[in-house]
Amino acid sequence: MPYDPGPDVIQVVRAPKGGPVRGTYRAFGETLRGLRTTLGRWVEGPHTMQYPEEKTPVYPRFRGRHKLHRFEDTGLEKCVGCSLCAAACPADCIRVVAAENTPENRVSAGERYAAVYEINLSRCIFCGYCEVACPFDAITMGHDYEMSDYNRSDLIFTKEMLLAEPLERTPLRSAGE
Amino acid sequence: MTGVLATVGYYESWWIQLLKALVIFIVIFQLVPVVLLAERKVLGRFQHRYGPNRVGPYGLLQPMADIGKLLFKEQFRPNGAIGWMFALAPAISMFTAVAVLAIVPFSNTVDIFGTQVGLYGIDPSIGILYAFAFGGIAFYGLVLGGWASGGKYAFLGSMRAAAQLISYEISQGLALVGVIMMAGTLSLTEIVGYQEDHLWMIVPQFVGFIVFFVAGFAETNRPPFDLPEADAELVQGYSTEYGGGRFAAFYAAEYLNIIVVSAITTTVFLGGWNIPFWNPPTWIDPIVVIVKTLALVFVFFWVRATLPRLRYDQLMSLGWKVFLPLATVNALVTAILVVVT
Repeated sequence: MPYDPGPDVIQVVRAPKGGPVRGTYRAFGETLRGLRTTLGRWVEGPHTMQYPEEKTPVYPRFRGRHKLHRFEDTGLEKCVGCSLCAAACPADCIRVVAAENTPENRVSAGERYAAVYEINLSRCIFCGYCEVACPFDAITMGHDYEMSDYNRSDLIFTKEMLLAEPLERTPLRSAGE
Repeated sequence: MTGVLATVGYYESWWIQLLKALVIFIVIFQLVPVVLLAERKVLGRFQHRYGPNRVGPYGLLQPMADIGKLLFKEQFRPNGAIGWMFALAPAISMFTAVAVLAIVPFSNTVDIFGTQVGLYGIDPSIGILYAFAFGGIAFYGLVLGGWASGGKYAFLGSMRAAAQLISYEISQGLALVGVIMMAGTLSLTEIVGYQEDHLWMIVPQFVGFIVFFVAGFAETNRPPFDLPEADAELVQGYSTEYGGGRFAAFYAAEYLNIIVVSAITTTVFLGGWNIPFWNPPTWIDPIVVIVKTLALVFVFFWVRATLPRLRYDQLMSLGWKVFLPLATVNALVTAILVVVT
């Protein structure tokens, strides 16, 4: 029985054969085409982001370093110390110690407030589950991504650090960019 | 002067010769860091990058930082290396690169404060052969360096250097035969003088120009003919075992070689200090030569950014099957035309 591969045969495009003259011409022609291509890249100009001076803009939904929020009118913290974020955290990097609000010392709008609120950013995986779990939108993922430090202990962010406005705002990507 | 020594086109007193040698060496040697930086910047542009721009204004101090780093590194030598050869190799590379500079003419004999000075290191009657002689010796630097290192990669690199030398050097020499026949002289200043009255050699000797310039890539071990280095497969080839100042010497020699080959090509094919349709004042001549040289150096970078490295056998077949016939036919046709006309 003769070998018949049937309709599975695919036409293969092979490089043109050719003698030494044609080969030489092809080599030089293709070389010139390559040179034109690279020069075209020069004309396009660099696409480099000069990083420390010029920061990469982020998308609005970018999940960067966390932020804790206050009410804008009263200045009270939104966090009520419920620890739902700590429960939701898969990396187990959030530590919340709640305390009762008193009339003399009113910190949050609810019954309790977070006396200690620490996020260990060296463990955080930036999944954003804490943001989803929070019933009061007290914690959100911010836009900062420059969090490198020299010590592990410096990466444990306390409540004050998370509440504070970042010194430098990360640029936001404009529409269509 | 007769006998074994070559005759020299124009004699000067010893102090002028010394001064000329110093000035030419210093000026051209200053181009090495410039070219070093220019290569990285130009390559960057070809790859949508800026290249080095952090050290000093516009990254201008980058080559200084590089050289400083290399010079302060440890001078080490592998256990199996042959000591004096290992130390000699970079010196040979450097010496031959500098020596070829001597015959590059920057202008004709000019009158400086009443003294006749030829703006070139030396104008021997053997002219371009001098460049070939030192170009051949330059490969001893690579071969010795690789062999004396006592390492396999370095050894493979030096073997490749030797193979590369024989496959391109013949066609490089033959490519110039046409020019020499047309000009009727070996002296570089007279070749430039010929181009003053006639077309630049690149027009009638275009094939020769292509072959010579491409062979120049092989002579300087530049991509796509950087087989002796071949960072990807031979981890820098002949200079694998070198570090510190000796590596810096190899590195500087490579860039100096680029400048020298470009300068020779400028002289022979691009009319040296001539500018068409304009007779500039004499003091512009050296600047013209340097600008043309740097333009050719740019082509070196451009090609590096474009072409991948040739396989070993591809270089062989390119040298023997393409360039050697091309150069031979070119020399033959030129010879017939020179006789007929």
